[in-house]
Amino acid sequence: MCKVSRRRFLAGGLAGGAAVMLAPAKKALAAGNLTGFPDGMGALVDLTRCVGCRSCEAACNREQNLPAPDQSFDDYSVFDQVKHGQKRRPSENAYTVVNRYESQSSDKPVYRKMQCNHCNEPACLTSCFVGAYTKTAEGAVTYNDKVCVGCRNCMVACPFNVPAYSYSDPINPMIKKCIFCYDSRVKHGMPPACVETCPTQALMFGKRDDLLKIARARIDREPGKYVDHIYGETEVGGTSWLYLSGVPFEDAGFDTSLQKEPIINNVKDFLGTVPMVLAIWPALFTGFHLLATKGKDHHEDSHADEEGEES
Amino acid sequence: MKLLAENGIKPLDAGQRKDGKKWNLIEKLILGLTLDQYISQVIRNKFNWILAGIMAIGIPFIIYRFIFGLGSVTHSSYDYPWGLFLGFGLFCMVPLSASGFMLGTTVEIFGRHDFEPIERLALLNGLLGYLFAVVYLLVDLGQPWRLAYPMVYSFGPAAVLFLVGWHVATYLSVQVAEVSTAFFEWIGWPNAKKFIRKGTIGLTVSGIILSTLHQGALGALFVYAPGKVHPLWYSASFQWIHFFVSSIPGGLCMVIAVSTIVMKTMSWRCDDRFKDNIDDITLKLAKGASMGLITYLVIKLIAVAHDNEWVYLASGWGFWWLIEILGGVVTPLVLFAYGLHHRLVRLVRIGAFITIAGIVLNRLNTALITFNWKLYQEIPHISEIIISITIFAIYITTYRFILNRLPILYAWKAQPQEATVTETAAAREGQKTSEVPAGA
Repeated sequence: MCKVSRRRFLAGGLAGGAAVMLAPAKKALAAGNLTGFPDGMGALVDLTRCVGCRSCEAACNREQNLPAPDQSFDDYSVFDQVKHGQKRRPSENAYTVVNRYESQSSDKPVYRKMQCNHCNEPACLTSCFVGAYTKTAEGAVTYNDKVCVGCRNCMVACPFNVPAYSYSDPINPMIKKCIFCYDSRVKHGMPPACVETCPTQALMFGKRDDLLKIARARIDREPGKYVDHIYGETEVGGTSWLYLSGVPFEDAGFDTSLQKEPIINNVKDFLGTVPMVLAIWPALFTGFHLLATKGKDHHEDSHADEEGEES
Repeated sequence: MKLLAENGIKPLDAGQRKDGKKWNLIEKLILGLTLDQYISQVIRNKFNWILAGIMAIGIPFIIYRFIFGLGSVTHSSYDYPWGLFLGFGLFCMVPLSASGFMLGTTVEIFGRHDFEPIERLALLNGLLGYLFAVVYLLVDLGQPWRLAYPMVYSFGPAAVLFLVGWHVATYLSVQVAEVSTAFFEWIGWPNAKKFIRKGTIGLTVSGIILSTLHQGALGALFVYAPGKVHPLWYSASFQWIHFFVSSIPGGLCMVIAVSTIVMKTMSWRCDDRFKDNIDDITLKLAKGASMGLITYLVIKLIAVAHDNEWVYLASGWGFWWLIEILGGVVTPLVLFAYGLHHRLVRLVRIGAFITIAGIVLNRLNTALITFNWKLYQEIPHISEIIISITIFAIYITTYRFILNRLPILYAWKAQPQEATVTETAAAREGQKTSEVPAGA
C-alpha cells in the first residue's frame, strides 16, 4: 500500500517537473518587465506651443457630457485660482485642466495641461482590489464603475493625483478621471477630443513609440528651446502621455522626484513574502507548539471544568 | 453594580442557580439580577449617560452620511481620499487588536498557561477591534454594500488591499470562533464549545498567519504612495515590517490598558483568579512589549539609514518624527525597564498607555498628518470627528456589554460555587421531581 502510493507520488512529481521544464521559459522571463503594449497610442504635449486657450478643457467637457463649469472656458481668471496653496487639479467635473506657471527661465508664462497620464503600468490599476481598471491595448486606462467598492486606494496610489471621486453621490459614487476618450474615440482610431480641438498643435496623438521619436527629434533640432527630457518616457515606468517643456519641468508644476520603476515594484517585496508566510508559518508554529508543550503538563482548561459540563 | 456588591448581591457567573435550576436567557442577559435592580444600576452609572449622550448626537450624523453621501460629512478631498475613518478607524484599531493572536500564541502554541486568565480578554479585544475597524470601513466606503465584491464577484488579486480584505474577513471569522467558546459556556452549549476547542491549534496558527500578513499589508498599502507619505514615515523595503512589529507592543499594551480600566471600573466582574494574577501578568506582558518596542526602534532607525534620510531629521517634520519616536517608543521603553526592574505595576501601566498613544500617533502620521507633506495639511471635517467618536462609543458599549456577561474576566461555573457534586446531584433530582425550587 505504502509502496504504491510512494510510486504514484514519484510519478506525479516527475510529471510535474517535466511540465515545468517544457514550459516556455523565455516568454515567462520576458513578461517580468512590462513597458506597455507595443502598439499603444499616446499623446505628446509640447508646452512651448500651448497658449492656455482652454479649448481642450471645453472639448473634454462636451465629449464626456460633464456638467457646465462654474466659470466659462474663455474666462482666464481660473489660472489665478488657488486652493490649499495648490493650483487647479482634475476633478469630478473636469477631467483635464490647464494651469499657468511663471518660470524664471522664460519671460512668458508657461501653460500645462493636466489629465490622466495613462501609465504603462498604472498604480491605480495595480492597487485596485476588485480589478476595476483596465489598461487597454490602445493605451487607455479605463475604469469600470460597476464593480468599484469606493475604497479610493487608487487615489492614494496615483503618483499624479489624478483620480477624483464623486463624493456627493450617496447611491452610486464613482471614480471620475480621463479615460483617453476610449469608448467614443480612441477605440475607433480617432484622437481624443482635446487633441483634435487644439488650435496650436500643442497636442499630438499617435503611437507612443512614434511620439517618443518625434519628441526626441524636436529636442535635437532645437536644443536651446527644450529641456533635454521627455516627461513620461520613464517616470513611474513610462506613461502614454508625454510632455516636452522649454522650462525646467518642476517650474511647470511637474513632480520631478518620481521614481523610474512602476509603483507596483515597491509592493512586490511584500507581495513576494505572502506565499512564503502562508507556506512556512503553519509548520513553523505547529512545530513551536510541539517543541514547547510535548511531554509537559497537558492544557488545564481552567475556564470551565470539563467534568462539570459532563455531569 | 458596586452598590449591589456591597449589599451582597453577586452577578451571575454560573449556568445554574444555587438551587440547581438553570438560568434562562433573559435572566442571563440581566446578569441574574431582578429587572428593577438591573435598570436602576444601569441608570446609576454615569458613564452610561455619557455614552448615551455621544450616541444621541452622533448616530443622526451617521444616518445623515448614508442619506446624503460622504460629501456631506467630509471635505470630499481628492488629495486626502482617506480621512479619519480609515486613518483612525482602520489603521489604529487593527494594530491595537493584535492582542488576540499574541496571547493566543502564548497560551495555545507555547503552552504558557500562566497567561490564561487574560487570554480571553485579549481574544475579545482582538475580535472587537477588528469588527469595529470594519464598521469604520463601512462608513468610509463609497458603496459599502459592495464590500464582498473582492471575495465573490470581481477580483484584483495583485493588490495589497485584496489581501487585506481577504485576511481581515477570514481572521474575523477565526476570532469569532476563538471567542465563541466563552459564548457557548454562557449560553450552555458544551458540545459546541468542545468542537471549537478541538480546533484550537489550527485556529491559533491561522490567526498568526493572517495577522502577520495583514498587519504588514496595512503598512504595504502606503508603499503605493512613495511621494505622498513623508520619507521618514515611508520605507519601500520595511514599511510592512514596521507595521507588523509595532502591532505587537500595540496589542500587548492594549491588553494591559483594558485590564487596567476593567480593574478600576468593573472589578465586580473579575474573579479572584483574574485579580490575583493581573499584576504578575501585566509585568510579563510589558516584558513582551519591551522586546517589541526595542525591535521596532531599531528597525525604524535602520529604515532611516537604509534610505539615507538623516538630513530630514533637521527639518520640522524631523522634529515631529523625533517626538513620535522619543515620546511613543523610547519613553515607554524607559518606563518599562524601570518598572519591570522594580516591579512597579503602576509605572508599567502608564508605559502601556503611552505606547498605545505612540502607535496611534504613528498611524495617524502615516495616513493623515504627514500624508501629502508636499501639498498641504488637512484637518478633518467636524462631522467626520463626531462620527469617529460615536463609532468608538458604540465600540466601548459593545465591549462592556460583552464583558459584563460572557465569562471573559471570570471563569464560568456549571454550578454555583458552594454546591458540591452531591448537592448538585440532589438538586437535580429535586428539579426532576418538582419544578418548585426548595428555597423560594
